[in-house]
Amino acid sequence: MRSLPRLLETDELDFLATGAWILGTGGGGSPYASHLGVRRFYDEGGRITLIDPDELAEDDLVAVVSTMGAPLVFQERMTDAAFAVKPVRAMEDYLGRSFRAVMTVEVGGCNAFQPLLVAAASGLPVVDADAMGRAYPEAQMQSFSIAGLKMYPHAVSDVRDNDVIIARASGWHEMERVRRKVCTEFGSVATTCQAPRTGAEIKRFAVLRTLSQAISLGKEVHRARGAHEDPVEATIRAASGKRLFAGKVIDVQRQTTEGFLRGTLQLDGMEGDAGARFDVAFQNEFTIAWRDGAVTATTPDLICVLDSISGEAIGTESLRFGQRVTVVALPSPAIHRSPEGLAHVGPRAFGYDVDFRSVFEATQGGRA
Amino acid sequence: MSRIGIDVGGTNTDAVLVEGGKVLAAVKSPTTADVSDGVRQALADLLAAAGPIPAAGRIEAVMIGTTHFTNAVIERRSLDRVAALRIGLPANAGLPPFIGWPEDLAPVARGRVHMVQGGHEYDGRRLVPLDRKAVRDEARRIADSGLRSVAITSCFSPLTDECEREAADIILEEVPKARITLSSAIGRIGLLERENAALLNAALQSLARRTTEAFVAALRDSGIAAPLFMTQNDGTIVQSAVAEREPVYCFASGPTNSMRGAAFLSGIERALVVDVGGTTSDVGAIERGFPRQANAAVEIGGVRTLFRMPDLTSIGLGGGTEITDGGRRIGPGSVGFRLPQKALIFGGDTLTATDIAVAAGRLDLGDRVRLAGLSPALVAASLERMEHMITEAVDRMRTDATPLPLLAVGGGSFLVPDRMEGISDVVRVEHHAVANAVGAAIAQVSGEVDRIFTGIDREAALEAARSEAARRALDAGAEEAGLQTLEVEDIPIAYLPGNARRVRVRVIGEIRSAGVAVPA
Repeated sequence: MRSLPRLLETDELDFLATGAWILGTGGGGSPYASHLGVRRFYDEGGRITLIDPDELAEDDLVAVVSTMGAPLVFQERMTDAAFAVKPVRAMEDYLGRSFRAVMTVEVGGCNAFQPLLVAAASGLPVVDADAMGRAYPEAQMQSFSIAGLKMYPHAVSDVRDNDVIIARASGWHEMERVRRKVCTEFGSVATTCQAPRTGAEIKRFAVLRTLSQAISLGKEVHRARGAHEDPVEATIRAASGKRLFAGKVIDVQRQTTEGFLRGTLQLDGMEGDAGARFDVAFQNEFTIAWRDGAVTATTPDLICVLDSISGEAIGTESLRFGQRVTVVALPSPAIHRSPEGLAHVGPRAFGYDVDFRSVFEATQGGRA
Repeated sequence: MSRIGIDVGGTNTDAVLVEGGKVLAAVKSPTTADVSDGVRQALADLLAAAGPIPAAGRIEAVMIGTTHFTNAVIERRSLDRVAALRIGLPANAGLPPFIGWPEDLAPVARGRVHMVQGGHEYDGRRLVPLDRKAVRDEARRIADSGLRSVAITSCFSPLTDECEREAADIILEEVPKARITLSSAIGRIGLLERENAALLNAALQSLARRTTEAFVAALRDSGIAAPLFMTQNDGTIVQSAVAEREPVYCFASGPTNSMRGAAFLSGIERALVVDVGGTTSDVGAIERGFPRQANAAVEIGGVRTLFRMPDLTSIGLGGGTEITDGGRRIGPGSVGFRLPQKALIFGGDTLTATDIAVAAGRLDLGDRVRLAGLSPALVAASLERMEHMITEAVDRMRTDATPLPLLAVGGGSFLVPDRMEGISDVVRVEHHAVANAVGAAIAQVSGEVDRIFTGIDREAALEAARSEAARRALDAGAEEAGLQTLEVEDIPIAYLPGNARRVRVRVIGEIRSAGVAVPA
């Protein structure tokens, strides 16, 4: 079952921005600037090809890319096509081999646009897949890590003429520490080309067709807004999700520790949930939710907080008292629900001593 | 000594005379196409209403708040074409100045766009050295192009404006008549949003100069020798000669002045404020008598900006709002300033929010006999819907669960219910319809710093920010004695090494009476 490569349409860039922000589950960084950069490429007549993972040959080599660093620095030093492609070129030089295509590490947030920026600069097609199906705060939470694949070589680039190749690392945590040091030296923003993956590895271990999922999710939200329908309902329908709670934000606690934004969100129920209380904890992204003190949803189910009126996803950095929000759960990729997956991204990986029980368990199996 | 406060709105020009904390006279007149005619008329009416008490010579200062510059951006008119210079290559090359601007605005404001090497990092290190030769080459091209409004934006310039100032010096050497906006003087961290604010500011240079000159002439024609100040987004004022260089700081002065005026008239310094006009209602919050600042990007005429703006929620409900569908549909249409012709109580054919309020006995206005055909159920239902809209908007502006008073001002404030959940008291004040002009009249001078400090401890960072803010307040015309720190906010930035923290400090003071230059 091979589908043909296709050109992404201009409208789909807007849908991707909306959908990727929802799949960011509160983190992942705003796609605003990267979206603008790709829009400009399209305005000047450029086009980007999206290919299905099935189109890759087993030994095709794919660049896995991201922007990393401090969100505050992203506001002054944004990723454009030239910056995004830099580590890809460095990696090709190092390997002595060219890439066949490019894909993102995480579809949630700004990195959804990273392979599109690389495509704008290189003409490479973008693979319809990522390694998280969402956003997660740490590199070892990606599906390639869960699958036990190696994490090197890894290229980290500065916008100036500085590129670092980390040739080997003894583990995912060690790799993370070294590349963070490099990133800090570059001014707390860097672009990466992570360990190259073959077509075979992607088909087996990546989270497949997540860009098109993000696009159809965003498209449905835009359609619902245009038709004056409930965009929250549209999100739930488009992503086979589940409504967990509707309420008003009555408290937000935040602290930045170890480079993460950690905290909790407290909601007072409204309408059907009047009289109930709901709490959500986050570490960059939303990780666990309680209804009246009892655990009701945990990672790896995606926990998204949406503006009840506009359906716009709300980032953990922009939560504030008084917002009317609806919390929804979206099903997680299958790899995150495997025993190895849960060890990397289950509630215990975030310090909560509870078993994962999907809110979808009774009804459906989640995403493949 | 007395002060005159004037608010030039889209529909009305309001003016008040304030002395010793009392409103001596207040007038309303229609805003005119040439805004200075409306000001001239308002001043004549005001001086007539005040009688012989304040000789024009006893007036200490005139403060004007105007939405004129905002409207110019929204209506895409009277804008200068701007030469945009971005410093920060090799970063951000793919996101040049004017990116993301609406298609009908960018071509009107875009003169030239050029990017050069330079800029800084978050910790003050140079990103790369400033390419002075490239700046000079571009300066010569600007000179040849005939453009005179220039906006310069450098990477991390809120941290250090060194590159922007260096580039400005070079441009002035080549283009002595250039009017240059530095982004560091306008906005905060967030390069595109700060640059957008600087570009808008540059595009408004000619209009701002013409407008303040016309205001000064209107004062002179009215026999008032007092200096002219313009009110700003944060509830403070600057001399008109400064304001004409930074017109973007006047963008939200209307709602800001309403909030400040409401606080002053009620004597309440911490409250929520709702200003109900003819077409919309603005809800904001005041803390220590000043509007709470927005921390998120604010769109102006479709352009995303991030600078000193009040935190506001606006809803489409005002005295002129049309009620349709048997009371089930509130707005969004409004008869606006045509209320005296269109409303049922004035013999018109349109059911408005004002008619409902009269029918419900909230207000005694016009001829209520004309409302005899309205069913009590319709009146009750639409009133409930309107109250619900206001209650929701007010509740959204609260930042914690503590009950606060609500100050209700503006011509349509009769729509605000007397009781609301989470509101300790709904306060209505005398002169509420001209609260905005009162807010202008009582405004003080301020200086603000918003910057990331690294490598020094918290106390040293706060002190450095405080003294810089004080210096800026003095530059803006404040009296040194009595300067006070209004706001101190510091946020540790855990993502960044070197004990980095973002510090925001605002200092305010009274106008320095002697030594204030009267703009010629």
